Amino acid sequence: MARFGMAIDTVRCVGCMDCVVACKTENSVPEGFNRDWIATEVTGTFPTLHMEIRSERCNHCDSPPCVHCCPTGASHVHDVGGVVLVDYDKCIGCKACVASCPYGARFINPSGYAEKCTFCIHRVEQGLLPACVSVCPTHCMHFGDLDDPNSEVSQLLASRNHHSLLPEAGTKPRIFYLT
Amino acid sequence: MQELTITRHNEMIDPLLHIWSWQIPVYLFIGGLVAGIMIISGYFVLQGQYKRNVFSCFYLPHISLLLLTGGMTSLFLDLEHKLYVWRLYTTFHWTSPMSWGSWILVIIYPVLWLNTLIRIPERYQNKVPVFDRLSALINKHPVLIKNIGILNMLLGVLLGMYTGVLLSAFGARPLWNSAMLWMLFLVSGLSAAAALVHLITTDQYERELLAKADNAFLTLELFVFGGFITGLLTSTRVHIDAVKLILVGPYAAVFWVLVIGTGILLPLSIQLLAVNHKVKHTPVAPLLVLAGGLMLRFVIVYAGQYSHWS
Repeated sequence: MARFGMAIDTVRCVGCMDCVVACKTENSVPEGFNRDWIATEVTGTFPTLHMEIRSERCNHCDSPPCVHCCPTGASHVHDVGGVVLVDYDKCIGCKACVASCPYGARFINPSGYAEKCTFCIHRVEQGLLPACVSVCPTHCMHFGDLDDPNSEVSQLLASRNHHSLLPEAGTKPRIFYLT
Repeated sequence: MQELTITRHNEMIDPLLHIWSWQIPVYLFIGGLVAGIMIISGYFVLQGQYKRNVFSCFYLPHISLLLLTGGMTSLFLDLEHKLYVWRLYTTFHWTSPMSWGSWILVIIYPVLWLNTLIRIPERYQNKVPVFDRLSALINKHPVLIKNIGILNMLLGVLLGMYTGVLLSAFGARPLWNSAMLWMLFLVSGLSAAAALVHLITTDQYERELLAKADNAFLTLELFVFGGFITGLLTSTRVHIDAVKLILVGPYAAVFWVLVIGTGILLPLSIQLLAVNHKVKHTPVAPLLVLAGGLMLRFVIVYAGQYSHWS
């Protein structure tokens, strides 16, 4: 079984928010909410400052606390690519998954169910790339099977320095940031 | 320097998590209170005190049925997708404390119901023949009464633990992520239940006994608080930052004044004087204990949501 993940090149990302707009359009994300967003992190001491721009979203963790804590099984790991999804007809809106996510990747849709990035699984199952990846003007986002050593993401991770978000939280995130 | 700016501003998530409002602290408080009532009531049933009409175990199960229904209503009000609540009972997820809790509550209802049937209050006797027959059947078998008492105590402990485990299972919220939280909520629930009995009973012996028990629970609660705080203070940076929210941060005033001060230390002092016959028993002390227990849940739920990893 494939294990989908992303490698995002922070050297190339300019924070244009095309990925954010593409996601909102493709997935009809309600007004005022975002499934993905841009994070700008500045570190160091002046004048030696370093800025990293990241396109962030659900990390589709290998050890997803949102799936573990869901009382109804609405949050689940999909058969295709191990993508973490929400079955809206099973969700009771208890918000346990929202509290359990250290990345703040979930929100409650105005209709009452939990919502988040799906890696555009409806597109991926048709052989397309997630909307955010397909529109990126700097080609900084790469999507593929982390378990396939010949996939583009695996090759990038093998050849470039990278980090993930909050690895200390123990969730084993599957989105990596190339530095 | 380290400065993080994000373009996300999702409702209830940003700038800091605030998904749970008054409903969850109220639910957790009532859950803990019912747990305490079940343990105390079960203990008195085992002691054979149900034979005395004035004794609280005679009417505690009825009160706890009403309270539990109130707590469940509070939880229901918090759900965002209310019409799908029945989905809780179409599955069981052993990794989800909430799933455990929903099934535990299903078991608790009939056990509490059985406890009410040990002695049906006179005014309700001969109203529902089935209940009268069941009550007669239970009273024919003293072993059955003992087992109902034991079952109430066991399920009370389970319910009290659950209210804490529900929160401590969230690794993403450092303040809740403590193995002491279930103990804190269980002891606090016992203390609140003892205070409730102390408040409403008309029996002098029972009032004295429960005031003494409450003093023990309040003292134990202080020790558990010590363990809870020490455990977080000696953990990672995020856990230290989390516990500072209640020690010196935005929730410190409520925590020190309403939870520790007027919720534990003041009623403990009053009740110590009362049980030593220095002052008369006063409803002020148990009322403060109950208010302190409620504030404890509010502080922990609110500050816990505030606490985060990044």
